Amino acid sequence: MAEEVTLSGHIQHHLTNAKMCSTDSGLAFNKACSDSGFWTWHIDTLAWSIGLGLLFLWIFRRAANKATIGVPGKFQCFIEMIIDFVGDNVNKTFQGKSTLIAPLALTIFVWVFLMNLMDLIPVDFLPAFAGFVGETAFGMDSHDVYMKIVPTTDINLTAALAVGVFLLMVGYSIKIKGLSGFIKELTLHPFSTDNKLAMVFLIPCNLLLETIALIAKPFSLALRLFGNLYAGELIFILIGAVGLMQLPLHFVWAVFHILVIVLQAFVFMMLTIVYLSMASSDNH
Amino acid sequence: MSINATLIGELIAFIVFVWFCMKFVWPPLNDAIEARQKKIIDGLAASDRAAKDLELAQEKATAQLKEAKAEAAGIVDAAKKREAKIVEEAAEKAEAEKAKIIAAGYAEIENERNQVKEELRKQVAVLAIAGAERILERSIDAAEHSDILDKLVAEL
Repeated sequence: MAEEVTLSGHIQHHLTNAKMCSTDSGLAFNKACSDSGFWTWHIDTLAWSIGLGLLFLWIFRRAANKATIGVPGKFQCFIEMIIDFVGDNVNKTFQGKSTLIAPLALTIFVWVFLMNLMDLIPVDFLPAFAGFVGETAFGMDSHDVYMKIVPTTDINLTAALAVGVFLLMVGYSIKIKGLSGFIKELTLHPFSTDNKLAMVFLIPCNLLLETIALIAKPFSLALRLFGNLYAGELIFILIGAVGLMQLPLHFVWAVFHILVIVLQAFVFMMLTIVYLSMASSDNH
Repeated sequence: MSINATLIGELIAFIVFVWFCMKFVWPPLNDAIEARQKKIIDGLAASDRAAKDLELAQEKATAQLKEAKAEAAGIVDAAKKREAKIVEEAAEKAEAEKAKIIAAGYAEIENERNQVKEELRKQVAVLAIAGAERILERSIDAAEHSDILDKLVAEL
C-alpha cells in the first residue's frame, strides 16, 4: 500500500510543472501557488520551450549567416534539407503567396520537434538533477522541486501554438475575404436558400455549425499534440517504475516514440498550413 | 494541468520566434537555395550549349578539312598539268631555237664559202693571167683582152 502511494506520488511529481506566481508576500513557487488561479507561470515549460526555441533560431541563424550560393557544407546541406522539406510542403499545400506561411511552418516543425525530442531523455535524469541542485544549492526538499522537461506535455504550450495559428486563421480570413466575407462564410453556409424568411432561421444554425467547425481546429491542434506527448511521457514514467524490466521496454517505446515525435511535429505543421490555406481561399 | 498565464508567455514567445524566423532565418536560406538552383540550371544549360557548340565546331572543322584536302588535290593537279605544259613548251622552244641556230650556221657557212669562192676565183684569175703572160712572154693588153679574161674568170 505504501509503495503504491509512493508510485502514484512519483508519477504525480513527474507530471507537475514548476510553478511561479506572485502573492502578497512577493514571488511564490510550486505548492504556494496552488490557489493562485490564472496568473500562475509554469517556469519549467517556459524555460525549456524558450530555450529550445532560441536553440532552433541560433542554429538556423548560424546557417543563414554562413549560407553560400556555391558548394554548401554538410551543416548547410542539413539545414537546407529541412528548409526544402518545409518549403515543399508549403508550396504544395498553400495556395497563393505568403511570406509568413513558410517561416511559420518551419518554426512550428523544428520547435515542436525539439520540444518533443526532450521526451527521449530518460525521464528521471533532469528532474533528479534539478532536485539535487535544489536540495544542495537552495536548501529545498527535493520533492518540492518540480521539473517537467517536455514542454509539449503542457497544455498551455500546445494551446498557445494553437491560439497563435487560430489568430492567423481569422486574420487571413478577414484579410483575403474581408470582414463581410468572413461573416458571410460563417452565416450563409452550409445551408442557404433564396427564401428570405427561411434564411432568418437558417443563419443561426449556420453560425453555430461554422463557429464550432472553426473553433474545433485550434482545439484539435492543441489537444492532439498535448495528448500524444502527455500519453507518451506517462508511459515513459510508468516504464521507469517497473525495475530492471524497464530497459527493453524503454528501448522499444523510445524507438516507437522517435516516430511519434517527428510525426506530431509534422502533423502540427501540415495542419497549420492546411488551415491557413483554407482560411485564405475563397471557395467554400 | 490547467490553463494559466503560461499560455500568454508561450504565445508571445511563439510570435517572436515566428517573426525572427520570418525576418532573419527563412529569407537568406531560401534565397541561397533558389540562387543555387538558378546557378545549376544556368550551368546545365551552358554545358548543353557548349556540347552543341563543340559538335557544330567539329562538324565545321571536318567539312573545312575535307574542302582543304580537295582544294590541295586540285592545286597539285593543276601544278602537275602546268609543269607538263612548261616542259613541253620549253622543249618546243628549244627545238625551234636549235633549228634557228642550225639554219644560221648553215647560212654563215654558205656565206663564207661564197666569199672564199669569190676570192679564190679572183686569185685564180690573177694566177691565170700571170700564167698566160708567162706563156705568151709578153704582156697582154689588159684592156684589149679583157673580154677573154672575163670569160675565163666566169668559167672558173
